[in-house]
Amino acid sequence: MIQFDAVHKRFPNGTTAVHDLSLDMPEGGVTVLVGSSGCGKTTTLRMINRMVEPTSGTIRVGGRDVTRQDAAELRRSIGYVIQQAGLFPHRTVLDNIATVPLLRGWSRRRARTRAAELLETVGLAADVGKRYPHQLSGGQQQRVGVARALAADPPVLLMDEPFGAVDPVVRTQLQDELLRLQKELSKTIVFVTHDVDEAVRLGDQIAIFRTGGHLVQCAPPAELLARPADDFVADFLGAERGLKLLSLRTLADVPQGPAPEGGDWSLVLDAANRPVHWASKDAEIPVRPLKDDDSLLAALNESLASPTGLIARVDSEGVLTGVTSRDDIHERAGQAHTEARVTA
Amino acid sequence: MYELFKNLGAWLVGSEQWTGPDGIAHRLAEHLQYSLLATLIAAAIGLPLGLLIGHTGKGAFLAINLASFGRALPTVGLVVLVFLAGGLSMLPVYVALVALAVPAIVTNTYAGMTAVDPDVKDAARGQGMRGHQVLLQVELPLALPLIMTGLRLALIQVVATATIAAYVSFGGLGRYVFDGLAQRDLVQVLGGAVLVAVVAVVLDLALSGLQRFLFRHRTA
Repeated sequence: MIQFDAVHKRFPNGTTAVHDLSLDMPEGGVTVLVGSSGCGKTTTLRMINRMVEPTSGTIRVGGRDVTRQDAAELRRSIGYVIQQAGLFPHRTVLDNIATVPLLRGWSRRRARTRAAELLETVGLAADVGKRYPHQLSGGQQQRVGVARALAADPPVLLMDEPFGAVDPVVRTQLQDELLRLQKELSKTIVFVTHDVDEAVRLGDQIAIFRTGGHLVQCAPPAELLARPADDFVADFLGAERGLKLLSLRTLADVPQGPAPEGGDWSLVLDAANRPVHWASKDAEIPVRPLKDDDSLLAALNESLASPTGLIARVDSEGVLTGVTSRDDIHERAGQAHTEARVTA
Repeated sequence: MYELFKNLGAWLVGSEQWTGPDGIAHRLAEHLQYSLLATLIAAAIGLPLGLLIGHTGKGAFLAINLASFGRALPTVGLVVLVFLAGGLSMLPVYVALVALAVPAIVTNTYAGMTAVDPDVKDAARGQGMRGHQVLLQVELPLALPLIMTGLRLALIQVVATATIAAYVSFGGLGRYVFDGLAQRDLVQVLGGAVLVAVVAVVLDLALSGLQRFLFRHRTA
């Protein structure tokens, strides 16, 4: 969908922001650009919608060279979300979202109707539409930013550290929302961040940049974590990259058995067979039941906290389906690493 | 002193002072007419200039230097200069008043434009707005509070200075000041000065009230 072909960007002051970049960003996938500040990831993103012009090389979106298109028209066909949202402070939320449809010549009524739909899509209440940006929380502003980018239903979405300025809890929520939206919409997303966990969580492929605008490695998260191309990538991913790999694997195919009877600890269920806590003669320890789509990392974490080393597995209703031992989780974790190294 | 204020009070409220071609009502109308026209002309020059400098970022030195130029400009000198060059007409008065008002308008417009959050401008371009759309739909509305402040300051300065029309024999509230000085009528001088001050203060209050009302949704 988006192709970089030998793209070079040198700024007038002589610094090279992007060095000989060739990269494919597949349609319907999330490509995350990561790297420390000054590595050229934002410049790379901004060259896609011509907010920055390449010094040499070609960038194609949907097969068409971006520099041969009218810049304003091009930008109207590409969603753009920036850090701090960049909302227009003098316009209501609804009018902010309606920006691109109005620029494209839609009637005010149609643009407003579309904007109201999008409020719902990004999980905001309808009455937020009449407010002004400064009356919203940081997280809400970011949601409006995403809604504004989606307003004209562009096939491509550029997101420049969109969740960089919100607190970790809200950040996780926004990431979840983005993944949910992406399942529905299948946009081609280019996402810039300096947060490795965010990259691993959101990316179908991750491109790691080194200072001076060099692309070091571009691979799916599992491959990247299992086989970093060099020490720079390994360092960047962090010492616990083995654990991060586990965050990509789910519990789904890990075997489970019946809950144990008669040991020191027993799993207490409520009337609807939902786990409540582990109980012994004189203590109770809370239990956090896990579903099939929870990650191996969460399972490992829970098994370490469990007094029996067992985790409680539940279905979507929260009803107990069985338990899984720490050993089974370890075994699957080991397999995950081997698979990633071999098949990647 | 007490006598002076008593006479001043009597002069200001005396009904004979308010009517006729030399009455306060007429002089006030003249004064406002000069001031508004001069400010309008100044706005027609200063606004586009300030917007252009702010939007392109070019010529910022001009905007900054205009401010000090405006402060240093000898208004009466300018009136006399244009009067000597062009003869007796309202032209010298308007030239001087416009020259006085333009710097305040340009510098405030420019300041308003530069105060627009760069992220917001970036977002506007990134959504696909063209240069003039960024200017008219984003920069101008966001700079508007400061632009209005500039217009208000300019108008107040012009109102306070429009007394010079009387210096070259035209009307306005300056009539009382210059006639009073010529006739050694202190009450009349004070009366004119007080009227000018009151008009300036009332306009200032009214316009800042209007600004507060118009921009009540803004944070800053």
